[in-house]
Amino acid sequence: MDIVDQSIHELHRSLKAGEVSSVEATRAMLARIEAVEPQIGSFITVTAGQALADAEAADRRIAAGRMDVLTGIPLALKDIFLTEGIRTTCGSRILSNFVPPYSATSWEKLKQRGVVLLGKLNQDEFAMGSSNESSAFGTVRNPWDTTRIPGGSSGGSAAAVAARQATATLGTDTGGSIRQPASHCGCVGLKPTYGRVSRYGVIAYASSLDQVGPLTRDVTDSAILLGAVAGYDPKDSTSVNTPVPDYTAVLTGTVKGLRIGLPREYFIAGLDPDVQKAMDAAIETYRQLGAEFVDISLPHTDYAVATYYLIATAEASSNLARYDGVRFGHRAEEASGLLDMYTKSRSQGFGAEVKRRIMLGTYALSSGYYDAYYVKAQKVRTLIMQDFMRAFEGVDVILTPVAPTPAFRIGEKADDPLQMYLSDIFTIPVNLAGTCALSVPAGFSSDGLPIGLQLIGKPFCEETILRAAHAFEQVTEWHTRKAVI
Amino acid sequence: MDISVADVEHVARLARLELSEAEKSLFAGQMGAILGYVEKLKGLNTEGILPTSHAVPMENAFREDVACPSIGVEKALANAPDRADSFYRVPKVIE
Repeated sequence: MDIVDQSIHELHRSLKAGEVSSVEATRAMLARIEAVEPQIGSFITVTAGQALADAEAADRRIAAGRMDVLTGIPLALKDIFLTEGIRTTCGSRILSNFVPPYSATSWEKLKQRGVVLLGKLNQDEFAMGSSNESSAFGTVRNPWDTTRIPGGSSGGSAAAVAARQATATLGTDTGGSIRQPASHCGCVGLKPTYGRVSRYGVIAYASSLDQVGPLTRDVTDSAILLGAVAGYDPKDSTSVNTPVPDYTAVLTGTVKGLRIGLPREYFIAGLDPDVQKAMDAAIETYRQLGAEFVDISLPHTDYAVATYYLIATAEASSNLARYDGVRFGHRAEEASGLLDMYTKSRSQGFGAEVKRRIMLGTYALSSGYYDAYYVKAQKVRTLIMQDFMRAFEGVDVILTPVAPTPAFRIGEKADDPLQMYLSDIFTIPVNLAGTCALSVPAGFSSDGLPIGLQLIGKPFCEETILRAAHAFEQVTEWHTRKAVI
Repeated sequence: MDISVADVEHVARLARLELSEAEKSLFAGQMGAILGYVEKLKGLNTEGILPTSHAVPMENAFREDVACPSIGVEKALANAPDRADSFYRVPKVIE
């Protein structure tokens, strides 16, 4: 198998057996990036020199017998992760010259394992978007059909895995930003439970919802990368101090007796027929594997998008107040005073979607509207969380589509933000509830676009959804298909 | 829901944003549509429901008050658009 097609665990075997060196694997990846980047646009920054230096160090480590499963593996990070000494833009013009003075904990953890950093991946500006069209560094194209969006906001992270430009990547998920692009690009995307992975050094969008997770070729890789980045971090007081299990140890291939909930609110009339067909087939597959299905209700589902776009924008308006041109980032050249400098720097530096969300959030938090919008949304969030907790009394996992349709066309929803927001209808409730979920390839549309299946787990039960997704992967071949570019 | 250009200007001022005339009318329409959509929350009875601000039940996270190394002045100022000695330099605040 071609090096660029290999998963983490496959490449690890090749590295361990001495069939390939990390330098060779890295060179192959860099060549692949160069070859397909003009068509895809996954990367904002390619760190070729750094990558080869990392790979040489990894090869020395392998030669010295000090390797683990991630040593020498070429990875790439969404450009939302701070990487000391390497430009980090968050897809925004306002950070186009920002070189962080420290690194994200998740990146530090990977670095210690001896991974190779290929570069920083394109994304929607400040992770605000479902199509990657809001990036200040160009739209990413879906490797399965370059006239279509890859999903967002971790669009570059998903496209890079699908286009074989990185063995695996990290992304972030605030309302579906790992799972939806994973679904649209045909890879495995996992959003862990809030608090499972440190957010230290991850540029904040909506702090009560943001979470870090892997995008990978298969479920085994997802388990490997989650295990590598999970865990308590004293630098993130919202990270939770519970032991990190060996997620690969639970991939037994068996789901006999697993109780899977089907929420009636997610299987709605307007669902794309190809998505419906993939879900029906997946349900049948699980039935044959011995899982049991339970009809459940998550009654407040219809309120989730409205709740999210109040809470997330309110938190964003506060988080993005720090971009004022004083300490880092873009500063407007000509300003008549300090206040004018703030205003001009922000107005020049932020794109339209970011401005729109800051405006919405500021409105929801402003005097006279705070209780009616923000506090109301927080109360509805409680109801949405309770829906999940009640449902999980009777089931182990919940099965739903990831997105109502396969990847839409570039430009299709660009002028209608509300329609764009509604494309996250099945992923947003999970972030509001704070629990874990993943997307695993489950079929293709009639025109050849990948369709993902979402498995939602109880808080801190990533093992259960990984086991269920892995069992599905063992008896299907969707994850083995490859985009032709 | 109706959002006027004056509403947009007020919120933009609070958010320290300067919008062109075209952006103002575009945002007025788009914010009106989005806020109209979120109106649906008002129909839901939330009496007696406590607001959730955090996904995981958690008390305050305390740690020992121990001094740790920090990144230092040079690193902290490395991205400064303008600096003077060990300070960030900004346009004049007081006339």
